[in-house]
Amino acid sequence: MPKLLKAGSFTIDAWRRLDADAARIADGDALLFPLPVWLARRDALLARDSSHTGIWLNGDEEPEQIAADIHRFGCIAVNFPTFMDGRGFSCGRLLRERYGFRGELRAVGDIFVDQLHFLRRCGFDAFELPDDTSLDTARNCLDAFSVHYQAACNPA
Amino acid sequence: MYLYDDRDRCLLRERVRQFRDQTTRYLQGDLPEDQFRPLRLQNGLYIQRLAPMLRVSIPYGLISASQLRRLAHIARTYDKGYAHFTTRQNIQFNWPQLPEVPDILAELAAVDMHAIQTSGNCIRNITSDEFAGIAPDEVEDPRPWCELVRRWSTFHPEFAYLPRKFKIAVSGSESDRAAIQIHDIGLQLVKNAAGALGFRVYVGGGLGRTPVIGEVIGEFIEPRHLLTYLEAILRVYNRYGRRDNKYKARIKILVKVWGAEVFGARVAAEWQHLKDGPNTLTEADFAHARQFFTAPAYEAVDVAAADATVSACAAAERAFARWLERNVRAHRVPGYCAVVLSLKPVGVAPGDVTDAQLDAIADLADRYAFGEARVTHHQNLVLADVRRGDLPALWRALKAQGFATPTIGTLSDIICCPGGDFCSLANAKSIPIAEAIQREFDDLDYLYDLGDLTLNISGCMNACGHHHVGNIGILGVDKKGEEFYQIQIGGEAGSRAALGQVLGPSFYAPEVPRVIARILDVYVQRRLEGETFIETYRRVGVEPFKDSVYAKAA
Repeated sequence: MPKLLKAGSFTIDAWRRLDADAARIADGDALLFPLPVWLARRDALLARDSSHTGIWLNGDEEPEQIAADIHRFGCIAVNFPTFMDGRGFSCGRLLRERYGFRGELRAVGDIFVDQLHFLRRCGFDAFELPDDTSLDTARNCLDAFSVHYQAACNPA
Repeated sequence: MYLYDDRDRCLLRERVRQFRDQTTRYLQGDLPEDQFRPLRLQNGLYIQRLAPMLRVSIPYGLISASQLRRLAHIARTYDKGYAHFTTRQNIQFNWPQLPEVPDILAELAAVDMHAIQTSGNCIRNITSDEFAGIAPDEVEDPRPWCELVRRWSTFHPEFAYLPRKFKIAVSGSESDRAAIQIHDIGLQLVKNAAGALGFRVYVGGGLGRTPVIGEVIGEFIEPRHLLTYLEAILRVYNRYGRRDNKYKARIKILVKVWGAEVFGARVAAEWQHLKDGPNTLTEADFAHARQFFTAPAYEAVDVAAADATVSACAAAERAFARWLERNVRAHRVPGYCAVVLSLKPVGVAPGDVTDAQLDAIADLADRYAFGEARVTHHQNLVLADVRRGDLPALWRALKAQGFATPTIGTLSDIICCPGGDFCSLANAKSIPIAEAIQREFDDLDYLYDLGDLTLNISGCMNACGHHHVGNIGILGVDKKGEEFYQIQIGGEAGSRAALGQVLGPSFYAPEVPRVIARILDVYVQRRLEGETFIETYRRVGVEPFKDSVYAKAA
């Protein structure tokens, strides 16, 4: 099981990614909907409360596609297919800075602790990390730099 | 030159601490090799054929005497007593040990130097014109702009995992000495009809296995919008550049597939969102960057007396006269000049220096050039602010250290990558080819008669030796385990950037000097009065050269 790093600690993950072929969608569960599912069933899902409605974006999926619905989500997870694939960094900034997303922005997939500082500066505030991640190392990596040369997202 | 403040020093300290921690975790087995790889690369650390190689950044080529002395100390202490200047104004150490690299970075940080982003899929060192600030043909000093771009690109959180490496060059002169059209982004400082300053922006230039000359997508970007416009380009590239094939991952491929017009439109659309945002530059930013690149305290020089001294020495010593002709450049301040130190003596790998030579350059910079030197993308060094009257004394000192080879800009001033002797990517050796050519053409009268001529050698198609844009370009190729050399002509790196044309089938190493001789013969026979090699080539085309090189013996 991966660990979820949030606000400097490992926490219990309240969100679950919905299987693309799930037959039933429980009302009360905090679910991350894969983008194709959201787009296909948007009309029905709009009725859900934002506090338990989230989106799962893959590396090649465009944040533009959920721009209009952005405030209906309590959580957006951006999936990094490999740690060398930096598209998610742009995706994070777009969601925060262009579309004004204020919920939990979660980096998931193939990320590692040494990317945490840059991820946070791109707007992410929750990070799914491998099970054996040391909390001390993760905290050090998050705070690797105290000064910056360019404007980006400030940590919430 | 740029002076670090507390914030810059804090950033470097934190970088050293970060890399020390990463190295420790890697050596303990807590950080896997595949994750450590991009981290060490973004600290300039390669694992090479023989040992790790550490590439240290020299932003836009400016280096102080105390920094040169520190590099000498590092070469002595952590390496085998030498270092190598690259074609991107950086310096490389070829024998450091991985566990010692954090210590080397700490040594560098103590003199405001680092290896940040000198490799990896990120924005690399910003390069510029070695004659910036002193060139008579300068529109505007590019260095403050380089510095603003350097800061913006350093640890940019969004662009540390690009599809591929990314190189930016800035030119402030009419004649482009920074080869901006073969960079991922080339910035040309221009003035519009109203006299206002702006940037002409080229994108998608590059060499490697798909050489391309950059195309203009921004005719006139106002200075305050420079960083937001760059951010728009990088964001479009980061999102849409190919990631499935590293040979098709550079921005030039994206620009080619979309076309420059479409690419430019995508950038413009992205820019509309970023323009006037928080990375917009202000007058205060310009003023801050400019204050570091003021002119040194030039003295009022008795120009007539200085000229008399120089003329007398030139009349007495032919070797001095030759050096004066090839290695000394004009300066915008009367009585001053710029001196190019050749790192191309015969028998030494182009760009190589010893620790003792680095110390000697530092001493000469202190004594003759306000304590500053510059690295050129031709792998030479420049002392930019030398009093003309000091030239005879400086020449003697340079001669004693082996820096006075009077061949700057000639056939013998070869750009050459480390090649198969050092680099694990190379298909063929390059340094012995450079040496064989230098030995074949060692008659200075002949070299001078040939005039300005660039000869560039790469040991593989990654083109670190810029062979595509040499007037004569040589590429090492591997055919069934044997080393061959393909020869092309007609390349040019400056304002009229052009890619060379391959002459035909490749040659064995021992044949190369003879082939070069034939090419030169054609030029000498066909040239008109005052025509350089490249001008003759443009007029007569490639055919006469081909005919001569591949002519069957009668």
